[in-house]
Amino acid sequence: MLSLNELWFILVAVLFIGFFFLEGFDFGVGMATGILAKNDTERRVLINAIGPFWDGNEVWLLTAGGAIFAAFPNWYATMFSGYYTPLVVLLLALIARGVAFEFRGKVQDDRWKKTWDVCIFIGSLLPPFLLGVVFAGFMKGLPIDGQMEMRAGLFDMVNWYTLVGGITVTVLCFVHGLLFTVLRTEGDIQNRARKLAKQMLYPLAALLALTGIATYLATDIFEAHGAVLSVLALLGLAAFLLAGYFLSRKRDGWAFGMTGAVIALAIVGVFAGLFPNVMISSIDTAFNLTIHNAASGHYSLKVMTIVAVSLLPFVLGYQIWSYFVFHKRVHEKSHLEY
Amino acid sequence: MDPLVLARIQFAATTIFHFFFVPMSIGLVFMIAVMETMYVVKGKEVYKTMAKFWGKLFLINFAVGVVTGILQEFQFGMNWSDYSRFVGDVFGAPLAIEALAAFFLESTFMGLWIFGWERLSKKVHLLCIWLVSFGTTLSALWILAANSFMQHPVGFEINNGRAEMNDFFALIANGQLWVEFPHTVLGALATGSFLICGISAYKMLKKKDYAFFKNSFKIAVIVALSSSFLTAIFGHQQAQYLVETQPMKMAASEGLWGKSGDPAPWTVVAAIDPKTKENKYEIKIPYLLSFLSYSKLNGEVKGMNELQAEYTQKYGEGNYIPPVRTTFWSFRIMVAAGSLMILFAAYGLYLWMRKKMDRPNKGYLRLMLFGISLPYIANTSGWIMTEFGRQPWTVFGLMTTADSVSPNVTAGQLLFSIIAFCAIYTVLAVVMVFLWVKVIKQGPYAKDHSDDEHSTDPFGKEGYHAVS
Repeated sequence: MLSLNELWFILVAVLFIGFFFLEGFDFGVGMATGILAKNDTERRVLINAIGPFWDGNEVWLLTAGGAIFAAFPNWYATMFSGYYTPLVVLLLALIARGVAFEFRGKVQDDRWKKTWDVCIFIGSLLPPFLLGVVFAGFMKGLPIDGQMEMRAGLFDMVNWYTLVGGITVTVLCFVHGLLFTVLRTEGDIQNRARKLAKQMLYPLAALLALTGIATYLATDIFEAHGAVLSVLALLGLAAFLLAGYFLSRKRDGWAFGMTGAVIALAIVGVFAGLFPNVMISSIDTAFNLTIHNAASGHYSLKVMTIVAVSLLPFVLGYQIWSYFVFHKRVHEKSHLEY
Repeated sequence: MDPLVLARIQFAATTIFHFFFVPMSIGLVFMIAVMETMYVVKGKEVYKTMAKFWGKLFLINFAVGVVTGILQEFQFGMNWSDYSRFVGDVFGAPLAIEALAAFFLESTFMGLWIFGWERLSKKVHLLCIWLVSFGTTLSALWILAANSFMQHPVGFEINNGRAEMNDFFALIANGQLWVEFPHTVLGALATGSFLICGISAYKMLKKKDYAFFKNSFKIAVIVALSSSFLTAIFGHQQAQYLVETQPMKMAASEGLWGKSGDPAPWTVVAAIDPKTKENKYEIKIPYLLSFLSYSKLNGEVKGMNELQAEYTQKYGEGNYIPPVRTTFWSFRIMVAAGSLMILFAAYGLYLWMRKKMDRPNKGYLRLMLFGISLPYIANTSGWIMTEFGRQPWTVFGLMTTADSVSPNVTAGQLLFSIIAFCAIYTVLAVVMVFLWVKVIKQGPYAKDHSDDEHSTDPFGKEGYHAVS
């Protein structure tokens, strides 16, 4: 029988999957505004393609943060104070990005729009990169002492392994976003998005392979969970190949689903690799934060389980409904809000 | 510099800034929902224009509120990690529920409302804005449940050196929550409605779209009067609760060092000297403090010196007296602003009833323009009193602020983040005000530039009407 600690570990993983799957594509579309779009109208088409969704997608991150606070307060405290400076940068990026969507269309002036376009681009590029660095750090291990305090220097947080992780997550989100663009637009921009997505599959394949090998070399999570991780890697490879196949057959929805599957499998890989730890100490494995020593009490977990199980179906229901309401493609002649 | 001081500065600065936008959002979205309801019920286009015009202002404001809110959630772990470890079991739950129950609701239905005017039926679209309104209020409920625990901890036991929840319903039934929540939400409704009154007054002064703004004013002034009056009532309830649960905060907000005497008089103004622990000079109104504290004309209130001695015995050596002058004056500023709000709104309603609004009453309209600032003053000083008055505690009686701070975050990191956040918040404030002024100047019947440079979709609803 699943313990509540295990259940909450899984729930946190589910929230991060939701976050990277959903906000992953709107980060990708945000990056595409700086790379794919040729002019202001195309940028507006891209922004409107994610317009009704991005805010709701971001809540998945807030909920993941809240869930960690409630279910694993020591994990929350160690991670958020230990990763202080990267998180400040992450917050600045999310703040700039969030208001930029709302502000950019309010004044008809080129310099005004360009300023906010830069915010959207950087604000969409930095968060997946930083979160990739943070998650890679979890697996590689961080200097966490006996009091559960993480006292990390710059190179504990940023090193070749975590950089590989950060870049891979960023490129993965970018391709995922391009495929969302293919789904939500039409005409010239759609064709270019499809073409660029195809080209990006090769560097993405190389990065994914590199991450897999680097994880094998730089971390010891394969020792405990080698079999599970190998199966996940194979499934990931299959999903990736299918994404390429569907893309070439113009089965866009399926292709998008497959990059989503790669994201989901990657997150499952991170969490399966960590289990039963939530953060690994590079000082002494005795100082690892686990789903037990980092967790709330049984009563608290029970209450939170009841709350989560009764609320999540509603959240999923109306979020899916909102995607259904806005299933029509956005083009230059549609009503563009932003 | 001391990381504790820096962490407190950052928390105060980012929280006060965030709370400029939250009440405005809660209040405005409620007003917009009321306007759209009138549109759906009465079918008049003018109410739709109203909802859209105030909606534009709301969206600019909402965006800033949302993005500054993300920091609020992360900050507990970043700057106050020992606090998070100690109370995460109890305090984390309402925060997680806030995200799960409220943030998803408001953000998803906000997207549906903004983009759904042509895609959803009138009634479903109306439901969306009411769900956003419900979501913002629900968000206030859960965050205040967390705050109420800090003011008056209930539903927990201390195990292994930390607070663990043992009664979730006690947390929700916390008496503190049920005086704090209505007071805060009604204050938010007052903020939103005073804003609409003030901007409408400005446009009426300028004689632009007079009928439109007269109507907006009318709807808003009714809400303004009832919500500011009810805010005061619940404020009174809260004061009585305070005497029972946090007598030190009460004593500090009265500048009361010794015993009050029975019946207790209320101090209007005083020159407080925290060093000598006495007031150089004060003006008092007899009986009023007894009434504030107990709703009757007798009863004694404990002073700070007596409470300090009690707390020393209970919690050990230490200074348990909060910053007295800040607490004292912020309370008075809040009460003064609140009273003016009731007077301003009541006079507006009187003018309305006497049908004197058809021609601009310049003096009053100018007053209402100034009136926009009153709820902000009241909201901010109210929170300053609440949070400063609780010092030196983070969780009253359980954990001090000094013990709450992250031990592994350096002054340098804090300085960097304070400068970065203050800089970006300043830019946000400037841009927001700039955009607001722009939207207000354009007025409700400005051509919507977001529809520029395109023809109507021939298969869409609009196109159909355009052709037929």
